[in-house]
Amino acid sequence: MEKFVRKEGLVVPLDRANVDTDAVIPKQFLKSIRRTGFGPNLFDAWRYLDRGEPDSDNSRRPLNPDFVLNQPRYKGATVLLARENFGCGSSREHAPWALLQYGFQAVIAPSFADIFFNNSLKNGLVLIRLDAKIVDKLFKETEAAAGYRLAVDLEQQTVTTPGGESFRFEIDPFRKHCILNGLDDIGLTLDHAGEIKAFEAQHRERQPWLFG
Amino acid sequence: MTAQTLFDKLWASHLVREEKDGTALIYIDRHLVHEVTSPQAYEGLTLAGRKVWRVDSVVATADHNTPTRNWDQGLNGITDAVSRLQVETLDKNIKAFGAKVYFPFLDKRQGIVHVIGPEQGATLPGMTVVCGDSHTSTHGAFGALAFGIGTSEVEHVLATQCMVMKKSKALQIAVEGKLGAGITAKDIILAIIGRIGTAGGTGYTIEFAGSAIRALSMEGRMTLCNMAIEAGARAGMVAVDDKTIDYLQGRTFAPKGAMWDKAVDYWRSLKSDEGAQFDKVVTLDAAEIKPQVTWGTSPQMVTTIDGRVPDPARESDPIKREGMERALKYMNLKPDTPITEIRLDKVFIGACTNSRIEDLRAAAQVVKGKKVAANVKLAMVVPGSGLVKAQAEKEGLDEIFTVAGFEWREPGCSMCLGMNEDQLSPGERCASTSNRNFEGRQGPGGRTHLVSPAMAAAAAIAGHFVDVRNFNN
Ligand code: SF4
Repeated sequence: MEKFVRKEGLVVPLDRANVDTDAVIPKQFLKSIRRTGFGPNLFDAWRYLDRGEPDSDNSRRPLNPDFVLNQPRYKGATVLLARENFGCGSSREHAPWALLQYGFQAVIAPSFADIFFNNSLKNGLVLIRLDAKIVDKLFKETEAAAGYRLAVDLEQQTVTTPGGESFRFEIDPFRKHCILNGLDDIGLTLDHAGEIKAFEAQHRERQPWLFG
Repeated sequence: MTAQTLFDKLWASHLVREEKDGTALIYIDRHLVHEVTSPQAYEGLTLAGRKVWRVDSVVATADHNTPTRNWDQGLNGITDAVSRLQVETLDKNIKAFGAKVYFPFLDKRQGIVHVIGPEQGATLPGMTVVCGDSHTSTHGAFGALAFGIGTSEVEHVLATQCMVMKKSKALQIAVEGKLGAGITAKDIILAIIGRIGTAGGTGYTIEFAGSAIRALSMEGRMTLCNMAIEAGARAGMVAVDDKTIDYLQGRTFAPKGAMWDKAVDYWRSLKSDEGAQFDKVVTLDAAEIKPQVTWGTSPQMVTTIDGRVPDPARESDPIKREGMERALKYMNLKPDTPITEIRLDKVFIGACTNSRIEDLRAAAQVVKGKKVAANVKLAMVVPGSGLVKAQAEKEGLDEIFTVAGFEWREPGCSMCLGMNEDQLSPGERCASTSNRNFEGRQGPGGRTHLVSPAMAAAAAIAGHFVDVRNFNN
C-alpha cells in the first residue's frame, strides 16, 4: 500500500447520489483472476455506449461523451467528488480496486456505504466525509473553474481549496495510522519482522529438517 | 509443567508473539499452493512490491481445474478459458516467485494438493501447514497443525510466513474399540458428524484419539482429518506413532540420515500428555459404527445402510424440519425410503477424502470380476495423484476397474466440485467418495450421497446402495 500524506489533485464531480458498487464496477468484470486491470471498466455502463465484457478491447469501444469522466477538462483527475451514500450495494473489493486503478486517490462525499468504506481504507483509498453543504460548495467551485484542484492532507485531516479555504474531516486513528504509513494487515505484521526472523532462527535450530 | 494437549504443543512451538487480547502471530512451516486461490494473492505481492518470505516453504500444484482426460492435448485439453488461465497463471507465478517444488499440470507427480503433500513427505509431524483450501485439515493426520485459509491470508503467509489468529479450544473425539469388518475411516467420520453436527466442532481444534483411531492406517487418518472441517473445525489431528513414522520414511522430502533420527526423536513427543485437559470430549464406540450413507444436502444428514430416509414429520424442531424438507425435495427422496432402494445414475471414486492407494484397493476388491449395473451411466475412478495412479496400475487395479465398466481417469479434484468438465447433470444422483454433498456441489442440480470407497464400488455394481458387509460373496 502506498503511503498517503498530502496529495493535491484535479477534481472530477460525479453529481449523483447513491452510486452503487454495481455502477462502480459491473458484475461481469468480477470473474477475473486478477485484482488489477479494473480501471478501464470503472463506471463501465456510464462510461461507454456499448456493453462491456471482460474480453472487450476497451480502447475501441465508443465512449459516452456526456459522462463526466470523459470530458477533456477532467482528464487525469485524482479526486472524486460525489454525493450521499456513495458505494452502496455489494461487498466486492473490486470497487475500491477499480477506483484506485483508474487513478483516484481520494473520494469526497457527504456519506459512504459501510462495507465500501472499510474496503476502501484497507486498500489505501482515502474516503473523506464532509458536510453536505460544504460538498455542495465544492461541486459549484469545481464546475465553475477548469483545472480546479484540491489538496488533501491526511496528517492534518484537512481539505484545502485553491482559494486557501480549509475544511477538517474525521477519520479513525488506527486507519489513519495505517494509511499514513502505507500499512495494510501484511504491513502491520511486517512491523514485527525482527521478531519473526528471531523466531525463525530458533525454530531452525530446533527443527532443522523443516528448512531447505 | 502442566500436561499439554498435542494442539497446545503445536501452538506453543509456533508462537512468534501474542498480544494481550490473545491475538497471536503463528509461524507457518508449509504453504501448499494451488491455482484457484493463489492468483490474486500473488498479484497482491506484485502490486506491493513484496517477495515471498520463505520460498522453500511453498509446495505448489494445479489440481482443481485440470481435466481428467485428453492429457495428450496438453493445455489445449483444458476447454474452459478461465480454467486454463488459472492453470497458466500458476505456472507464471511459480516461475516468478519460486517454490520448494512445483508439480504442474501434466507432471507425473501432479495431483490433489492434499494427496501429494503427504505422499512427497512435504507434510511432516510438528509442522504448521496452510493452504488456500478448507480441506487442508487432512494434513493433521501427521501430528501437524493444518488449516485452510482465504486468499488474503494466502498473500499474508506468502509475505510474512505468519498467520494472525487466536487460539481455538480443544475437542477430543475418542473412538474406542474395534471396527466391524468393512467399516472404514469414512464411516467413522460420517458417524461423528452425524453425532455432533456440522457445527459441532466450530471454534475447536479436534484431536482424534482412541484405539480405533490408532488402528487406522495413515490413509484412513487422512480421510478422518480431511472431514474435520465438515464437522466445523478448522483443524483436526492425530498423534504421532510408529505408523506415522513408517509412512514417512524414505519419502522424497522427509529428512534423511542423522537428521531423520533427530526428527523422529522429536516427533515421538507429538501426542497429548497423560491427563491433558480438553475443553470438550466426545466418545464413540467403534463396534457400533455401520456403513454410512448421506441422504441430504449437508454431511450431517447421514444414516446407516440399513436405515431409511428420515421423515421430517417426526422432527419437532421447526427449523430442522424445514431444512429436512428442503433437502428431501432437492434430493428427490421420499420419507421412509430404505437407503438400499436408492438407485444411482453415477458413481465417483476420488477426491482428497478417498483417492489414495488404499481407497482404490478397497474399491477394486469389491468390483473384481463384476460389472457396473446397467442403470449406472457413468462410474469413474480418479486417482488422487499421478503416483497413486502409477501404483494402482502396477497392481493391476486399473484393469479390474475398466473390465468392470469403470472409467479410469487422470488425477485431480474432478467431480468433487466440477470445476473441470466432470459434473453431474441436473437431477442426476451420484454415490461419491468426496466430502461435500451441498446443493449443486458436483454440478448444478446434481444429487450427491457421500459414502466410503467400498460402498461406492458396491453401489456401482448393484445400481443402488447395498451393504458392503454382505455384498462380496
Ligand atoms: S478434491 Fe475436492 S475437497 Fe479436495 S481439494 Fe479438491 S475440490 Fe477441494
